[in-house]
Amino acid sequence: MSYSEKLIDHYQNPKNVGTLDKAKKNVGTGLVGAPECGDVMRLQIEVDDATGVITDAKFKTFGCGSAIASSSLATEWLKGKSVDDALKIDNMEIVEELNLPPVKIHCSVLAEDAIKAAINDYRKKNGLEELQFEERIH
Amino acid sequence: MLKLPIYLDNNATTPCDPRVVEAMLPYFTEHFGNAASRNHPFGWAAEEAVDYAREQVAKLIGADPKEIIFTSGATEADNLAIKGVYDMYASKGNHVITCVTEHKAVLDTCKHIEKSGGEVTYLPVNNEGLIDLAELEAAIRPTTILIAIMYANNETGTVMPVREISAIARKKGVLFFTDATQAVGKVPVDVQKDGIDLLAFSAHKMYGPKGIGALYVRRKNPRVKVTAQMDGGGHERGMRSGTLNVPGIVGFGKACELASQEMETESKRLSALRDKLESALLKLEEAYVNGSTAHRLPHVANISFKYVEGEGLMMGFNKNIALSSGSACTSASLEPSYVLKALGLGDDLAHSSLRFGLGRFTTEEQIDYTIEHVSGTVNKLREMSPLWEMFKEGIDLNTIEWAHH
Repeated sequence: MSYSEKLIDHYQNPKNVGTLDKAKKNVGTGLVGAPECGDVMRLQIEVDDATGVITDAKFKTFGCGSAIASSSLATEWLKGKSVDDALKIDNMEIVEELNLPPVKIHCSVLAEDAIKAAINDYRKKNGLEELQFEERIH
Repeated sequence: MLKLPIYLDNNATTPCDPRVVEAMLPYFTEHFGNAASRNHPFGWAAEEAVDYAREQVAKLIGADPKEIIFTSGATEADNLAIKGVYDMYASKGNHVITCVTEHKAVLDTCKHIEKSGGEVTYLPVNNEGLIDLAELEAAIRPTTILIAIMYANNETGTVMPVREISAIARKKGVLFFTDATQAVGKVPVDVQKDGIDLLAFSAHKMYGPKGIGALYVRRKNPRVKVTAQMDGGGHERGMRSGTLNVPGIVGFGKACELASQEMETESKRLSALRDKLESALLKLEEAYVNGSTAHRLPHVANISFKYVEGEGLMMGFNKNIALSSGSACTSASLEPSYVLKALGLGDDLAHSSLRFGLGRFTTEEQIDYTIEHVSGTVNKLREMSPLWEMFKEGIDLNTIEWAHH
């Protein structure tokens, strides 16, 4: 299978690999996937309480190159976005940007799920109601 | 100067040895005859070449040339052996015994047998990939006509206890078929000493051309017959119709001759290189060998690197090093290797495996390069693996409620 240059670049030089302090109230953590499925993504956001803007985003991913690239791209897109705008990120945008082949679309779905899980974790920590998302078949 | 990319996927296929190609070339142009043309020199030349190659092929496995049936490859030989015995011995019974780690060419043929009314027992394997001989013996019924157990596994290189299996088959009067595709030409295989009744193998796994293989069918003690699975001109003693692939057969013969000449020194050289590779990679934390290390082909190593995913791992070096993974992230099912799972590996470890298949053209320089780059990529990916971070923090991954998807 041949991959796009953008995908390979995100794999070789991933952006924002790392860990934020999950004890902090303004850090939201999303952990999605399962080891037996071959991919696990942990995506974290740090939110400026005053403005609701995501000031930092970090990830760690266990998975194939497409999963690593999808999460790296997601963290790039998240930084500087408001939490509300972050919720609008659709997995198909990731598919298009990285030119993911059909068998790898689930990697982009996982990244979208990780974003939503991180936001929900942030909302929960800050006394906000957790958002309900449509169940999707991966 | 090291030439890239490096090929370490010799269990998938091997390059043709230039000496094999040289032997084949005249049979495309000058000696193009049909080996079945009995009435002119073109046919005679082709027939003579086939006869000579048949001797070379037979000699490698200790068989008589008359016991070699040329096929298009091991898959066809597997089909012919299993379906052919099933049809031929229908009056004796309809039960076949095989094993869960067989190649799909055997497993799917067995499924076909089940669909047409036969019964199949799939023996499990232990954590080294070996079957239990007592279990095999207990599985034999009065209706059992065939035991189909591979000589050596394609993913792990684990070598089955073939002589013990054939002794049980003999004792019980059941035929023994072995898919020896990965073993022939790599380790000594002898149909007499090993007590094999039918054996499938292929040229392209041993530096011969693709598209040619053979089925050994024993002619005495006992005389074995298989029902042809293809109708036609009655070639190959009526067991496999179709114009003989003369250049392929000549190449197969030459490949067998070279293998028998070089096997002893080659297997020593390859096992030394394999051991060097393996011991270097096992220096990484949480790296495990899959399959038996005591009963194993000399050129194969299958290693799991826990907390990194195999396909992601390969992407780190697959422009420069060609090998394969037990991870099936690209397949529609997303299921990792059924062979590794049968060994009792969890899906996570099966996803984290790499198979190294060394070959005749593998050099020590290539192995050094591979050690450096595989180790480097494992370390790099672990730095970005959430599972590795949790492991390092002492978190038991089994206590986490994963969102299965």
